[in-house]
This record gives sequence, C-alpha cells and structure tokens, in this order.
Amino acid sequence: MAIQTEIQNKLDKRAPIINDFAFSVATKNGSGSQTSNNVLVMSLFRMGIPVNGKNLFPSNIKGLPTWYTIRASKEGYTARKEITEIVVAYNNDTAPEDVMNLPPGGVCITTDKIARIIRRRDDISYYVIPVAKLMREATVPSAFRKLVENMTYVGAVAQLFDIPLDLIYQVLLDNFRGREKPAKMNHDVIKLAYDWTAENIVKSDPYRFEHMDGTQGKIMMTGNDAGALGAVFGGVNVVAWYPITPSTSFVDGIIGFRNLRQTEDGENTIAIVQAEDELAAAGIITGAGWAGARSLTSTSGPGISLMAEFAGLAYFAEIPTVFWNITRMGPSTGLPTRTSQGDLLFTHFLGHGDSRQICLLPGNLKEAFEFGWRSFDIAEALQSPVFVISDLDLGMNNWLSDPFDYPDEAIDRGKRLDETALRAFIDDHGKWGRYMDVDGDGIPYRTVPGTAHPFAAYFARGTGHDEMATYSERSDDWMENMQRLRLKMDTARAMLPQPIIDAGREADIGIITFGTNDEAIREARDWLANEGIETNYLRVLALPLAPSVSDFIDAHKSVFVIENNFDGQLTQLIRLEHPENISHVRPLALGDGLPMTPSWIYQNLKEQEG
Amino acid sequence: MPPRVNQLGLKRTEYRGKPSTLCPGCGHDSISNQLISMAYELGLEQHKIIKVSGIGCSSKTPAYFLGGSHGFNALHGRMPSVVTGAMLANTDLACIAVSGDGDTGSIGMGQFKHVIRRNVPFVYIIENNGVYGLTKGQFSATADEGQFLKYYGTNHMPPIDLALEAVIAGCTFVARSFSGDAKQVQALLQAAVRHPGTAVLDIISPCVTFNNAETSTKSYPYGKDNEIPLHEIQILAPDYVHAQDEITIEDYDEGDIIDVEMHDGAFIRLKKLENDHDPRNRRMAIDVLERSMREQIFSTGLIYYEEPRPTLAQTEELVETPLAHLREKDMRPPKSALDGVMQKLMLG
Repeated sequence: MAIQTEIQNKLDKRAPIINDFAFSVATKNGSGSQTSNNVLVMSLFRMGIPVNGKNLFPSNIKGLPTWYTIRASKEGYTARKEITEIVVAYNNDTAPEDVMNLPPGGVCITTDKIARIIRRRDDISYYVIPVAKLMREATVPSAFRKLVENMTYVGAVAQLFDIPLDLIYQVLLDNFRGREKPAKMNHDVIKLAYDWTAENIVKSDPYRFEHMDGTQGKIMMTGNDAGALGAVFGGVNVVAWYPITPSTSFVDGIIGFRNLRQTEDGENTIAIVQAEDELAAAGIITGAGWAGARSLTSTSGPGISLMAEFAGLAYFAEIPTVFWNITRMGPSTGLPTRTSQGDLLFTHFLGHGDSRQICLLPGNLKEAFEFGWRSFDIAEALQSPVFVISDLDLGMNNWLSDPFDYPDEAIDRGKRLDETALRAFIDDHGKWGRYMDVDGDGIPYRTVPGTAHPFAAYFARGTGHDEMATYSERSDDWMENMQRLRLKMDTARAMLPQPIIDAGREADIGIITFGTNDEAIREARDWLANEGIETNYLRVLALPLAPSVSDFIDAHKSVFVIENNFDGQLTQLIRLEHPENISHVRPLALGDGLPMTPSWIYQNLKEQEG
Repeated sequence: MPPRVNQLGLKRTEYRGKPSTLCPGCGHDSISNQLISMAYELGLEQHKIIKVSGIGCSSKTPAYFLGGSHGFNALHGRMPSVVTGAMLANTDLACIAVSGDGDTGSIGMGQFKHVIRRNVPFVYIIENNGVYGLTKGQFSATADEGQFLKYYGTNHMPPIDLALEAVIAGCTFVARSFSGDAKQVQALLQAAVRHPGTAVLDIISPCVTFNNAETSTKSYPYGKDNEIPLHEIQILAPDYVHAQDEITIEDYDEGDIIDVEMHDGAFIRLKKLENDHDPRNRRMAIDVLERSMREQIFSTGLIYYEEPRPTLAQTEELVETPLAHLREKDMRPPKSALDGVMQKLMLG
C-alpha cells in the first residue's frame, strides 16, 4: 500500500479518460483466458461502447505467451493500437517486457507473485491482485481452479474501470449457453476479485468506462463466421476442407449454420467433407462444381499451395467453385497464427502456365458476408473458380458491424443450359460446344451431367481443347482459347465488385489498399487531415483490377499503396497492369504478422511524403 | 436384318466414344470395349453416367467409350476426389472411373484409400500394366520385384497389390481380372456397376509397348498362360427366377454354385473352380491375394464382396433431390432466418 500511494502521488492528476483507451491482456496460451477476454469484450459491447478485440496468439496449445488487445473507442475506431495504456500482466514470462511497453501514465494490473519479479517504473500505476489468496477463498472445485483463475483480472478490471457486475453475469450466462452453474462459478471469482479491489486498491489512473449508445443495433462476430453465414445464404451445397489455422473456424461456422438450410425432415442441403488433405478438398469442390453444385473450400498458407494444381484445372476447364484463403504469414509454415496479406499475387496467379484467378477482397464483416454468397453467383456467371482472400485478423477476431443486408439479388446460375435451353441453343446456333463464345464476352454456355439430351455431354479436361471440348494440340485452337479466357477476364473487371472510392477531397495524395487495413487507414487519414494533410482513398475489392484504379492513380500526384505484406504485392500488380511510368505509385508495405495500426501508416506516409 | 438394339432401342455403336489413340493392341482398349458392351447390354442411359479419370494412358480412355456421357479427365492421382464431389453434387448419377497403376498405386494412393473409406458409390477401374507408358517405360509401384526394363534396369522394390490395399481399406467390392479375359471382365463390370459403394476392379491390362515380355506378370503371354480364375461368374438380373436350393448353399463343395445377392436384387453367381475361395470371407480374400503374390499365381475373379456400408451421401443425410438441382428456396433461407441470426448477435 505504501508503494502504491507513493506512485499515486507521482502521477499527474489528469482529467478522466472515458471509453477511449486500450488494454493488452498478457496470459499463457491455454490458460482459459479466452473466456475472460471474451467476457470483457462482450460486456463493453453491451455497455454500448464501440470495441474491438484482437487475439495475438502463438502457434501452440498451451504454455506460450498470448496477448489479447481490447480497444474501446467512443469515436468508433476499431483498428489495433500499437501502444495500449493498460496491461493485464498475468504471464510471468512476458511481464517484465509488457510493463516496459506501457506509456507513461499507463496501468499495470498483475498478480502478487509476478509483482515480485518485475522492475518497478515510477510513472505508471500498479494494481497487484493476490490471486493465490483469492483462489483459496473461492469455492471452486479444484479441477476448474486453474481455468477460472483468470477471472480475477476480470473482477479487478470491472471494479477499476466501472463495468457493472450484473452485466458481466449476463454475458457469462450467454457464454455458457444459459447454464447457470459454470456462469455462477466464474462470477463468484469475479465478484471476489471485484470486492477485494474495491476494499484494497486506491485507483490512481484516469481511465473509465461509461455506458453510451455506440453499439445500438450493431453485431459482433468473426469474419470467418460472417463468410460462412454468407455461404449458407449463397446456396453452398458441397464443402470440402482440411483443418488449418486460421481457416478452420470458417468451416466450423458452416457446420454451425448448416441447420438454417435443413429441410423440415432434418435432411441436409449442404454436404461437408473433411478431406485427407487440401489436394483432395480442392478436387472434391472441383468435381462438385463440374457436376452443377455450389461448392466451397476454405484454407490457409500451405493449403493454398497444395490446391494450386486443381486451381489451374478449374480455371482452364472453366469450372465454378469457391476457395476462401484466410491468409496467414508465409512462406512455408511461416507464422501460422499471425495475420498477413502475403498471398495476393500467389492466389491471383494460382496455377502453372498463364492462369489468372478471380479474387474477392473483403475488408470487413459485411463484405465477408456479402462475398460469402455473391462469390457463388460470380463463379457461376463467369464459369470460373473464385478466390475470396480474407486474413487471420478478419477471420478469427471479433469485429463490430452493422447487421448484414439480405442478398439483394436472386441466385444466378449463369449460362447453364438444361434440356430445353440446350434445344433452343442448338436451334439458334446450329450446334452447341462447351467453349463456344456466342455472346462475345468470353463466357461460354455449359451443361451439367444428368442433362437428358443426346448432345449435352462434353469432356472436361485440363489438356488443350477446341470450342467443342475436343482434345486438340493445334496452336490455333490453343491461342483462340487463351484469347477467349483473356476476354472473359476483361468481362470480369466490370462485373466484379467495384473499388470503394472516397475521392471527394482536394488532395494530391491518394491511398490505395485492400482488405483489413481499412480501419487503420480511416483513422490515420483523420489524423493526417487534422494536420491539414488531405488524402483521397480507394479500396480494391476484386482482382483483376477495375479500370477505376487507373483513373485514381492518374488523378493524384502521389499514390501510396498500403498493404500488409513484405513485398508490396498490390503495388507490383498495379505496376504490371500499368506499363506506363507510374513512379508516383509507392508501396507502404509492412507484413510484420500483426494487424496494421494507424500510427504506422501515419508515420510512414508522412516520412515518405517528406 | 435390322441391326440389333438394346432395351432402349439403341445400337451398340451408339455407346462408343471417339476413336482410341492408344497403341494398337493396348489392353486398355479391350476394357473400353467391355464398358461399351456392359452399358449396351444393361441398357444404361448415358446421360445418367459420368466418366472420370486421372492422368496416364488408362486415364485417356474415358474419351473412347460412352460418348453420350459427361466425362472429366482430371489430375494425376486425383480422380477419387473429383468423383467424390461429383457424386455428392448429384446422387442420381452412376460413375465409371478409370485409373492406372501409377495413377492409383503411386501418386494417388492417398485418395484411393480415402475414397474407399468414405464409400463413394462408383466403379473404380485400375488398368494395371506395371509401367508408366506416357513417360516411356518407368516402373510403377505394381511392377514385379526383380523385373528388368530396358532403360531403367532392375526393379528392386516389392510390388504393391492394389486389390489387397482395397480390401484392407474396407472396400466392399474388390475384383481382379485380366483384360484378355473378356467374359470375366464383362461379368465383373455388370456386377460392379450395380454395387452401391466403391467397387474396385484391378484389371491386369498389358502395355504392348513397354511391358509385354513373357517374363513380366503384366504381359499378354503371361496372362494367357497363367490366369487362374477363382470361379466362373455369371450375373443374374433382378428378374431372374432361380432355384431356391442354389442360393441357400453356404458351405459348398467343388463344382457348387454360390449366389451373392446384390442390393438391387440381382445375383452374382459364382461357379467354383479348383479352389475354396468364398468372396464373402474377408480373411479368405486377404489370404488368396497374399498367396497369389507369394507364389506368383495369377488368380482372378471376385476377390471380396460384402453388403455395402451407407454411401457418403447417406452418411451426410442429404436430401433426395440432387444438390445440383435444388431450387432457390432450398438454397437460400428466408430473410427472417438472417434477421434471427442478427438479432441474437445484437443482444445490446
């Protein structure tokens, strides 16, 4: 107590800081902290405070350090903050560094055991919780003791920063699906710590939470769940997958929502096959797409490498199917639990030879949901595989969003001929060939197996073929086919979701990005604007690039392409498609495994701009 | 005389595909011919059949039979996964898939095992010649130990027995045959196409260009001189009326008949030859294959049969309507369903 009073005296008397600060919760992986952190995030959400929780976790089941960052922002900013004002230092291995990372005036909440080993700073507040003592007092069966120990920091945080206990109890109840016993067991520990903190700790920091109405009508969800829900509303029929972080929870999501598509008799309209590897998963969805079903896989990192051969086949045989790539750090095994945008070029060009894949690039929950269903319409309309490139940050973290819009367009099966349509086609054109381009858009008409017409059958193949799908090694057949595929890609540019452009400002600087950097860019642009540096902004939603990207580049003196990969892959793609001199387009590429922060963008853009 | 037609009024020629581009005399062409005959004899509707293959000489053959069926010449060793997806997409289809010993025994071993494990209903033909033809004569994993080939010398590895691998993986229909034995191939195909589960046919099909020396167990001369059928096979259609006493015989003596009832009511009638093999006995199936390999006996016929497990689509409890033909109302839940999910997430 003496030490705390002393520190308190040293700290400035600052004005209260309400609903605008960030936490970092440092624990050991597998220690049960996920529930504690979830309870904190959901409690803030229910207090109406815009909040975002990001799990920065190791590739490990138990024991390695994990950090969970929680950011509350009354302005509604949800990007990760580089520096958090508060740390819950519950991991003795990382506590010394965690404390050093605090800004002056920060807060450290730790255990009495860890408090003994960390070097004291005199410019922060320390709140030391006697965890062992509290757990001795708690009436928790010994089997659960370790798992609920982390609830002590929930209690301390609730007391110190004003989160109502009854609200926490409601969140616990929902977390345990209404089961009172585990909810109460956790709540008892929270209350013990809450009461102990009230009696024994003198608050010496300015941070507080207060009810507000910033989350009214909003939802919280992970991007993988949002994409999965979208796929269920998009009519997915066959899902094949192989478990891999961070894409696994995407299929878990489909399993969870599968009941929305069951018949009254409980029969399924979605088959879900856990394949023996990613090759088989890609083969299953290719076979299903060829046979006329809507099929999907989700994968990450090494999985997408293994799918390359089927991706090339599906592209060349023109088979609609959907691949979700929830990107993590590569190359190779890389950092399996860290986010990245490093698969952009690989995915876009997946397959040997001259292949170019359609890619959709969601940046938030609503887009994850929308591309979840729309990807199937695009795949069938273009008769092509579609790759939705998400990332670990969107896929596995809880994001705040407006509720999703119900699909505003009917399901589009594309140019698919049944018996009657095939008959009419042959009447009109004299014959039908699988790869005949009668509309001049590069998109042929297809039949699916089971079509009862003597000329419906064709032979799908990855080998050279003519417009009748007959094997051919003739150069002219080959060239005609490739030219048609290129034409189809050009058709796609206009058909795909168009970039989101905010170019209403008088600005020399243009920012281009894709995916989840959006939130950090929004905040960084506000900071820059506050200093009089105006920027315009374009976020790419699909590949191949839309024509408006060129116009945006031409309209600005200086263009920064902000991306979370090491090589500046979107920049490379833009340069590839713009052979003219565009030296004013420069990458701001990071790729450090973490979600991008506004401060990094702000600093680097200013530095580069000079 | 009017041309002979089948029950659909179709001529046999209407079941043909494009002309073969394989080497003249290739065993694979005989198998394609038997597939044409099978579909003709059984009066199958071609639009209800899909043909799928991997890569290799054997995998080219689906272009050469059933021109009225959709076909997919997929990737090397990956035919089983494509079949899995297609057969989930449309459970009304039947599937004839062709692979080779390289396509299945080497690059495709994983998918071979797993498609059997899932019990996807289809005819899985392995046209087995012990050699890679398209890349000009490398040993495959089924090549004989000690065999000598011109460019690659002596094979020091023991062969993989794909029929044995199928039995071990839990396959409910496993046969071995010889492309030179047209009658047996025909009977086995007619049985396999009725089987509502994965039916594996390991057919020794000589490569006349790279592996047809008398010393090779995958050659014509060897097959013709050494094939020992386990039984004579006859397929009795579901409407066949047969003597009651014949099918009740369980423990039979040489010369006896064993009738295996199939799912659709048809019977596989096995007339036993000089051995005691009962294909309904898994232990015997494994023994006959191991003995054949050990003693270099070319045993052919129905090696193993059991009542199939539920198919993958049944395990998945799919609707009866093929997924590929579902209507929008079965593919997109109503707006109220989305609102319900959103409401739950909104607990403010």
